[in-house]
Amino acid sequence: MIILGTALLAVCHLLGIFLGDLLGQALGVKTNVGGVGIAMLLLIFARLYMQKRDILPKLTELGVEYWGAMYIPVVVAMAAQQDMVSALRGGPVAVLSAMAAVAVCACVIALINRTERTPVETEGAPKPHDNPLLTEAE
Amino acid sequence: MIEILEKAAIQNGLVTAFAVVGLIILLSGQISRRLTFGRVHGSAIAIVIGLALAYWGGTQTGGHKGLADMSLFGGIGLMGGAMLRDFAIVATAFEVQATEARKAGLIGVVSLLLGTVLPFIVGACIARAFGYSDAVSMTTIGAGAVTYIVGPVTGAAIGASPDVMALSIATGLVKAIIVMVGTPIAARFLALKTPRSAMVFGGLAGTVSGVSAGLAATDRKLVPYGALVATFHTGLGCLMGPSVLFFATKALVG
Repeated sequence: MIILGTALLAVCHLLGIFLGDLLGQALGVKTNVGGVGIAMLLLIFARLYMQKRDILPKLTELGVEYWGAMYIPVVVAMAAQQDMVSALRGGPVAVLSAMAAVAVCACVIALINRTERTPVETEGAPKPHDNPLLTEAE
Repeated sequence: MIEILEKAAIQNGLVTAFAVVGLIILLSGQISRRLTFGRVHGSAIAIVIGLALAYWGGTQTGGHKGLADMSLFGGIGLMGGAMLRDFAIVATAFEVQATEARKAGLIGVVSLLLGTVLPFIVGACIARAFGYSDAVSMTTIGAGAVTYIVGPVTGAAIGASPDVMALSIATGLVKAIIVMVGTPIAARFLALKTPRSAMVFGGLAGTVSGVSAGLAATDRKLVPYGALVATFHTGLGCLMGPSVLFFATKALVG
């Protein structure tokens, strides 16, 4: 059932936020520490566990994948409610820090990739998922 | 007639938001194909349209929540709010194949860590140079230089002000656009040829939309390798941003 996938996602989400809050309290900060990241790890492990035991039907997967595909639309909605008027006052900060970050990373990428001596033979490209809708969404 | 339609839209805020965002994405897909010939990813254009609408909403209402301050578009506030945003981000973790990720090996992890820490340091330093000298603002803007998701997630967790959050998203967005447009141009310099190089690229360049669009414009078969590492990027950033990186920044600037 499709709701099972969404429920799995919701449980991982809540558990992650809870653990993040707990971690925050343990570290002595009043904030959530990495709750979303912990939730993602929980979901990855839940998926591996359920796949191994063969208790993850396609329809259950779809209950999660739908929300994964909604990621970009949600981000667009998030963008549409930002305080742009205030942000534009600090314009150069955004452009400069982005450009500098990309420049630094580009140099490191070039450096690391030049250390690759024996080019690995290209194998069949792995598919992150087999849902064409998700591929489209990205 | 118009009033009845308006009332229906206002009373069904979230449904209206789905329709509005769908329209924005449809429009941006067309712009991406027709005007930029697929060079600029549709999602990047959609986000730019979203930010432009937020600016318009902000000037119309004088509020701090962009388009969501207008009663007709109130549902945007729920759809793009913290709850659904985090829900959708967690869902993307489902696409990560742990076995494929393990193949990337040590170099993938190293580039992933470098791809989080280096942009963060650069972003935070530039934020400080422009007068955002408190640890919360520096961390939020630095995290924005990682990706435009890590920025707001980090900012929300450590209590950044809305204008710093917007700045952080703007930083991530500018970065994503630079990666999308710049990757095919810089492909030779980046030595983007093999799956391994694509994974290094995915780890260091960050944003999923930037990486997948940038790689697609360079070499279609490299896309999954880069995107695979890049999908870990947001998770790692969200994990490190409000924790290790925030504490380190706090320890350094007080």
